[in-house]
Amino acid sequence: MASTPSVPLLKDELDIVIPTIRNLDFLEMWRPFFEKYHLIIVQDGDPTKVIKVPEGYDYELYNRNDINRILGPKASCISFKDSACRCFGYMVSKKKYIYTIDDDCFVAKDPTGKDINALEQHIKNLLSPSSPFFFNTLYDPYREGADFVRGYPFSLREGVPTAVSHGLWLNIPDYDAPTQLVKPLERNTRYVDAVMTIPKGTLFPMCGMNLAFNREIIGPAMYFGLMGDGQPIGRYDDMWAGWCTKVICDHLGLGVKTGLPYIWHSKASNPFVNLKKEYKGIYWQEELIPFFQSATLPKDCTTVQKCYIELSKQVKAKLGKVDDYFIKLADAMVTWIEAWDELNPSAEKSTELPNGAAAAAAK
Amino acid sequence: MSQENINNSEVDIVIGALQADLSSFLNEWRPIISRFHLIIVQDPDLKEELNTPEGFDLNVYTKSDIDRIVGSSGSTFFSGYSCRYFGYLISRKKYIISIDDDCFPAKDNMGNLIDAVAQHITNLTTPATPFFFNTLYDPFREGADFVRGYPFSLRSGVTSAMSCGLWLNLADYDAPTQSLKSQLRNSRYVDAVITVPARALMPISGINIAFDREAVGPTLFPALKLAREGNFRWETMEDIWSGMCAKVVCDHLCLGVKSGLPYVWRRERGSAIDSLRKEWEGVKLMEEVVPYFQSVRLPQTATTAEDCVVEIAKTVKEQLGPVDPVFSRAAEAMVEWVKLWKNIGSASFPGI
Repeated sequence: MASTPSVPLLKDELDIVIPTIRNLDFLEMWRPFFEKYHLIIVQDGDPTKVIKVPEGYDYELYNRNDINRILGPKASCISFKDSACRCFGYMVSKKKYIYTIDDDCFVAKDPTGKDINALEQHIKNLLSPSSPFFFNTLYDPYREGADFVRGYPFSLREGVPTAVSHGLWLNIPDYDAPTQLVKPLERNTRYVDAVMTIPKGTLFPMCGMNLAFNREIIGPAMYFGLMGDGQPIGRYDDMWAGWCTKVICDHLGLGVKTGLPYIWHSKASNPFVNLKKEYKGIYWQEELIPFFQSATLPKDCTTVQKCYIELSKQVKAKLGKVDDYFIKLADAMVTWIEAWDELNPSAEKSTELPNGAAAAAAK
Repeated sequence: MSQENINNSEVDIVIGALQADLSSFLNEWRPIISRFHLIIVQDPDLKEELNTPEGFDLNVYTKSDIDRIVGSSGSTFFSGYSCRYFGYLISRKKYIISIDDDCFPAKDNMGNLIDAVAQHITNLTTPATPFFFNTLYDPFREGADFVRGYPFSLRSGVTSAMSCGLWLNLADYDAPTQSLKSQLRNSRYVDAVITVPARALMPISGINIAFDREAVGPTLFPALKLAREGNFRWETMEDIWSGMCAKVVCDHLCLGVKSGLPYVWRRERGSAIDSLRKEWEGVKLMEEVVPYFQSVRLPQTATTAEDCVVEIAKTVKEQLGPVDPVFSRAAEAMVEWVKLWKNIGSASFPGI
């Protein structure tokens, strides 16, 4: 077999967005993989605290004062005292791709003991097509050493552009509070060597700890909602963004991948604190899931923004009766799009699918 | 994988014998399958007598048995790889596991021999989760669970009706792919079992498969016979067709289909390029087949697998029949199969 062509660095086309409230020491471990990239740091909590960024990194940092200054009244859509504030970073970025990672996530090792370059794998995932219309039993057919299996229709083998690459976590798994309480010692030690496309029409819980996406084709859908201070709910920011994003990707014919890469998640948050945050989410999601599963978008929604505004209308109409929170959230969704378009004036054009096939498969 | 939760007497292992000498196959599988009952169905076109080693609890069925039980027209249905379906028909067990006779036990990443049978049984006896994708894959596996954001009301899952295993070494690629990439071998052991989501279609390969016979037996039948179907997997589509029917039926009946572990080691056999020379009718047909299956909807009144198959046969005849006569024949075959299933496949039929 020919040796794998090297994966493009995309160092001028990708921003790494990191929400933080304490420190960025974890970046020391990531240096070999992240140093060439531009960072967007979104500082949550007390804006007077000084966040030290390790030497050698090129970055821009925004605290709450910056967010308020830049967005003015629209800053109300950006959460405070919750890592959901990270989506501000997506909005101010000028790059085509975003990688977001939590500050308690470290470099993991693969089964051979080698350090995993998570960013490189995400780039591979994003630069190769997805296959949402038919499930390939050997997982990602564009990976080296794999292909489409017998019976996979040839007309579907070109795939569609990949909008999202959802990575996973070794060590502390992303469990909800009840599960954490029941299984406080469970660690994820299973390295599953696969990337797969989540089929069209199927929803999933999207975790924001180790996530990459093509900002140009799906960015406006990655709003992480109203969480944290003054809000009745927390730890559902990425879930919310994931459900909206998946519905929109399905509508626009874009792909969502999950699986590799793994990072090492080091910190288990307090399950009792988590339970308080998630509590409403746990029973609200019983309404949210059927809502998203049955959400349809009209044909004239041809851009992400149009899809998102339409979704916000449906949220208001159908979920408003579950709780007033959803009315606020629907309004915030509109504010988010307005803010996005203001900060990204040519975005309307760029969120329609680019002409020509997806970039060369990283094969 | 322990099997305390299932009685060995609930399982039949069905092997379609396309080669006469099964001694190396059965001997290599011996540690894994010797405690189960085996149904071996000899390809009616295979003239030589089968060679099977001692020490197995097995029944062998030949062309004359097939003729006797289903009539001489039956032999045409059950030829080549399709002979195994006769085994599905006459089995009286709840679970069937079927593996091609050119597949052998594989080793996992730690070098341990994979007990494919135990894994299939585990897959079938733990729930499936088709309505929402769990990013840590099978939540019922040890060391895993449902992730944050997975709705609680969906965590009890549904009954698993099918377990589709995979293949190391020679993967189940079609002839064009394997010809183009003649050196391509599958060496990637993916340590996961996943539920294929509801309404997602997939190619279900018959090479390494297990299923709940009571739940989906009527859906698995080689109805789609290629004109030049041959004795290599590259030259067949029958499992792909029946697998798509099975998936549609499972989705309708809220049953789960799992894919992933276990792996078997598939040995080299035949030549992809030679198979390519035969008309790749199957590849062309798939282009018609997939849009049909994506759009088929079964009525609420179809509450059993048999009902579902009859409904599918109707719409296949209406929508695909005009496209190619092979589909009309497939529709008729499906109806025949349901009749056979009701007569011979049910517990009351004597003389097996």
